[in-house]
Amino acid sequence: MSDSNPVTGGSLFGVHGAALSLRQQRLEVLASNIANADTPHYKARDVDFHAALQRAMGESPPGTPAQTQPGHQGGITEVGPDGLVYRLPLQPSLDGNTVDAEFEKAAFARAALEYRASLSFVDGRVRKLMTAITGS
Amino acid sequence: MPSMKIFDIAGSAMAAQSVRLNTVASNLANAGNVTGDPQAVYKPVEPVFSSQVLNATQPGLAGVRVERIEQGQAEPLKRYEPGNPLADPQGYVYAPDIDPVAQMVNMISAARAYQADVEMLNTGKELALATLNLGR
Repeated sequence: MSDSNPVTGGSLFGVHGAALSLRQQRLEVLASNIANADTPHYKARDVDFHAALQRAMGESPPGTPAQTQPGHQGGITEVGPDGLVYRLPLQPSLDGNTVDAEFEKAAFARAALEYRASLSFVDGRVRKLMTAITGS
Repeated sequence: MPSMKIFDIAGSAMAAQSVRLNTVASNLANAGNVTGDPQAVYKPVEPVFSSQVLNATQPGLAGVRVERIEQGQAEPLKRYEPGNPLADPQGYVYAPDIDPVAQMVNMISAARAYQADVEMLNTGKELALATLNLGR
């Protein structure tokens, strides 16, 4: 994603390359939630997209202590090391499962659309470059 | 490869839900079986699901597996039917204690979950195909 490119004057895909990869990870996490809708003790999870994207772009997500001296410890983020957060259950069931199937299905449909959006941005960058190369 | 873990997740969930459908079919099919021996009565079965982490480095991505199949321990129903050729010397027959309504509810729940998994798989496939056609 960070290939320096003379045509675009910087990285080719910009934020969209990282976003595409993160959106795919989010789709997989939501797929896990839907798949485990009937599994006892399963806790629904989600990707904190904003924080994950900031981390992917090399910035610190909000709430991270700044590392102003070389000896400082790395910050403790609000989310887990894998960038996942647990969903607050609307209606927890007796078997300890916190998946709300309808909510997860809606989130999955939305995440699929967002993936397509990121994909079309990346596609646009590729086409632009192809136009510049072929000149037509 | 994009979205490939979605196939593993949805596939494992579909396999688990189809095991659940099979147990419901077995229970409903044997609901009317009577026998003269209370030990030989059909015992209703029910699967126990657990989540299965696909990859230890990504604890958020979990498929489903059937941990075990539980046999119901409910006492068989005892009916006085001296005319039944299967009756014991006292004239009793024994039938499994299966609630057909509960089994049908379980069946509908399993079928809906299976449908959700199929939809998820289709969405994942479409997104993967769109990604493969990037830049064409």
